[in-house]
Amino acid sequence: MSLTAKDKDTVRTFWAKVSANAEAVGADALSRMLVVYPQTKTYFAHWKDLSPGSAPVKKHGATVMGGVADAVANIDNLTAGLLDLSELHAFTLRVDPANFKILSHNILVVLALMFPSDFTPEVHVSMDKFLSAVALALSEKYR
Amino acid sequence: MVKWTDFERATIQDIFSKIDYDVVGPAALSRCLIVYPWTQRYFGGFGNLYNAAAITSNPKVAAHGKVVLAGLEKAVKNMDDIKTTYKDLSVLHSEKLQVDPDNFNLLADCLTIVVASQMGAAFTPHVHAAFQKFLDVVVASLRKQYY
Repeated sequence: MSLTAKDKDTVRTFWAKVSANAEAVGADALSRMLVVYPQTKTYFAHWKDLSPGSAPVKKHGATVMGGVADAVANIDNLTAGLLDLSELHAFTLRVDPANFKILSHNILVVLALMFPSDFTPEVHVSMDKFLSAVALALSEKYR
Repeated sequence: MVKWTDFERATIQDIFSKIDYDVVGPAALSRCLIVYPWTQRYFGGFGNLYNAAAITSNPKVAAHGKVVLAGLEKAVKNMDDIKTTYKDLSVLHSEKLQVDPDNFNLLADCLTIVVASQMGAAFTPHVHAAFQKFLDVVVASLRKQYY
């Protein structure tokens, strides 16, 4: 299920529309992940406030979307481009990779509600493939 | 038995009272067939599923999308015993249709995305959580009779 040239074009075009709102997308996606999939809160026990839209959630949502922006820029070689982030997640954060799928789903939900006319089924499939490829690149250094 | 809070009950009733079944059903099913093309294996008799445009305009897909939503409505009307309500549907999907139950989650995710795009900001994290819980119960009930 690797990214075709068409997928990459679709992702880049859609990202160009979304990127101005990246921080808001990140904040909403993270907020709702913590509410809808409460087991993910276990990774953020050190935050004072895990409620939707709180300061740490907003800040971290922006960080995550910065990573997604990097991935878009490195779409032709995600493994190489995300190497440092993979090491971070593998050795320091040790996030179970199953959670990448959960966060990806929440990002897609937010994209659908913020960009309903742009998030067509064709854009959806390319973005889903892209986020899966990002998750795979992030898992690269785990074992 | 599944316990629903007042908020969850009200949220589910509210969502299903507001969505147009004739739009959401076809949109969710066609999105599933497009985004997860292996799900097309269950629809061999539906004619042209060759690309996204064909799937979106396919009348059999649209008709079946409405059937699926009608099935979901049974759960909405019987929230306190979805497991029993879905016993026959579960047997149908297992024994006659022979659908891999992991596909239920794929369709559920597409339904969530369609509902989110319809509701916009009204699909808050807590509304989303109630909807996800409802879909989890529906999927578990549909899986129940598989062996």
